[in-house]
Amino acid sequence: MEQVIREQLLHMLENNSKLTEHEIAIMLGISEEEVQREIAGLEKAHVICGYHTLIDWNKVNDDDVTALVELRVTPQGGEGYQKLAEKINAYPQVVTLYLMSGAYDFLVMVKGKTLKEISLFVSGKLASIEEVQSTTTHFTLTKYKELGVSFEAKQADERMVVTP
Amino acid sequence: MREKLSQKVLNLKSSGIRAFFDMANEIPDVISLGVGEPDFDTPWHIREAGIQALQSGKTFYTSNAGLQELRAAISSYTKRKTGLTYNPENQIIVTVGGSEAIDLALRALLNAGDEVIYLEPGFVSYYPCIKLADGVPVPIRLIEENRFRLKPEQLEAAVTPKSKVLILSYPNNPTGAVMEKEDLEALLPVIQKHDLIVISDEIYGELTYGVKHCSIAGLPGMEQRTIIINGFSKSFAMTGWRLGYALGNHEIIEQMVKIHQFAVMCAPTISQYAAIEAMEQGDGDIEAMRESYDQRRKFLYHELQRLGLPCFEPQGAFYMFPNIREFGLSSGEFALKLLKEEKVAVVPGDSFGECGEGFVRISYAASLQNLKEAVNRIFRFLSRYRT
Ligand SMILES: Cc1ncc(COP(=O)(O)O)c(C=O)c1O
Repeated sequence: MEQVIREQLLHMLENNSKLTEHEIAIMLGISEEEVQREIAGLEKAHVICGYHTLIDWNKVNDDDVTALVELRVTPQGGEGYQKLAEKINAYPQVVTLYLMSGAYDFLVMVKGKTLKEISLFVSGKLASIEEVQSTTTHFTLTKYKELGVSFEAKQADERMVVTP
Repeated sequence: MREKLSQKVLNLKSSGIRAFFDMANEIPDVISLGVGEPDFDTPWHIREAGIQALQSGKTFYTSNAGLQELRAAISSYTKRKTGLTYNPENQIIVTVGGSEAIDLALRALLNAGDEVIYLEPGFVSYYPCIKLADGVPVPIRLIEENRFRLKPEQLEAAVTPKSKVLILSYPNNPTGAVMEKEDLEALLPVIQKHDLIVISDEIYGELTYGVKHCSIAGLPGMEQRTIIINGFSKSFAMTGWRLGYALGNHEIIEQMVKIHQFAVMCAPTISQYAAIEAMEQGDGDIEAMRESYDQRRKFLYHELQRLGLPCFEPQGAFYMFPNIREFGLSSGEFALKLLKEEKVAVVPGDSFGECGEGFVRISYAASLQNLKEAVNRIFRFLSRYRT
């Protein structure tokens, strides 16, 4: 498959994973089999790593807490950061993990039921990893946007119903 | 009061779309596929440039032809996109939408009785603007069998000794038709033989699918006799900013600037600043929007075929123009019934000229979700009227 088409397909799925293979095939002007084959290949190669639904949990219950935790670790060589990341990854409380440039090394997004639960997790689990030198925890207050999507409902179509 | 009014203006019918619009607007929960503008908001960085202009007090008139900086930006954009060179000093005028540019070009060119050949189905403004400039409108009726392209024989047949101007409008509203290089080349002998000036409305020039837009101004001998009309409305989703431009021979542009100067002074200043950003940093936005329109174009075309609604495959703009003759309803009746019974708004084809009768214009500048729902409703509707 041509790279441009592949990227279009990925963009389409990234924006709306509910599109059917049939619809994608029509919109890309290729066969349904081709779409199936391509998606299967991309899943296998772990280019497509999952299908998620973006939910504003605050509208369902407001007892979910998220925190961004900065981790400073002892300088690592070779595979060190990778190994460390695997260690941190293993905790289900960790929902996002990035290695960063700048004043700290890892940025960890942690989800929990209460502030206390998260604090305990950070001090008890993350801070106690041997290589971790220090942690700084920031609790999120409000989420406005995630993965490019604003949590505020899109305002109605402003256009007039019929125009030349 | 009527006797006090201009007979010329009284004689003009107001756009057919207007009447239909008033009706459509009163019905709640309509899915509108009747809109002639993009469904994207203006890209944020362009809006930001407008905000910036406002904040820094760019609240004064600009020079009549438009900000020098914007004209320079339009010049390099045009060079980059088409290879054509226009001098920002005297070959470019910034106008209040492509709409004003069309009006100015006609007024600058026409003497009473000059004939203007234009294409139907086509944009609603050509006929009235020709009339208001004391010209004589001479429509050429394009046909579906030719995919709504203009053939040299049709042009030759429309020419008389009084013909002065030809208005071309590709990619086309309402049909979505394009003219490729060979199609345009075929017209050159006729245009040159009769010494016609061409007004080429290329406002949808960035929106072509699978073919590259070709400007007639770039063909041999055409640069001096072509005025290109272009604008920001469609390619940059900037309809509300009211900004367009014309490019062409400096003697014509000079006269256009004269009228523009007395009629509107200059185009909106804040919009002009935002437009500089669009010209210089907007290529990526165009690309993304074009890709999205193309996906929806393919989707809707496929769906119309599935419904058995005959339609040639459009390659430009964001419209489809299916043929609805089999239902024995006029375009107006079809659109009205579809609106009342299924709450889907499309535009009757005859709004774009008599030969648009038997067709409706469907815009796919709508969300995929709305397109899907509209297709379901149209399907229900067609099933009822199919015998
Ligand atoms: C073919 C064509 N030309 C010109 C225009 C005018 O656009 P604007 O005045 O917004 O630049 C339109 C708008 O619908 C159009 O469809």
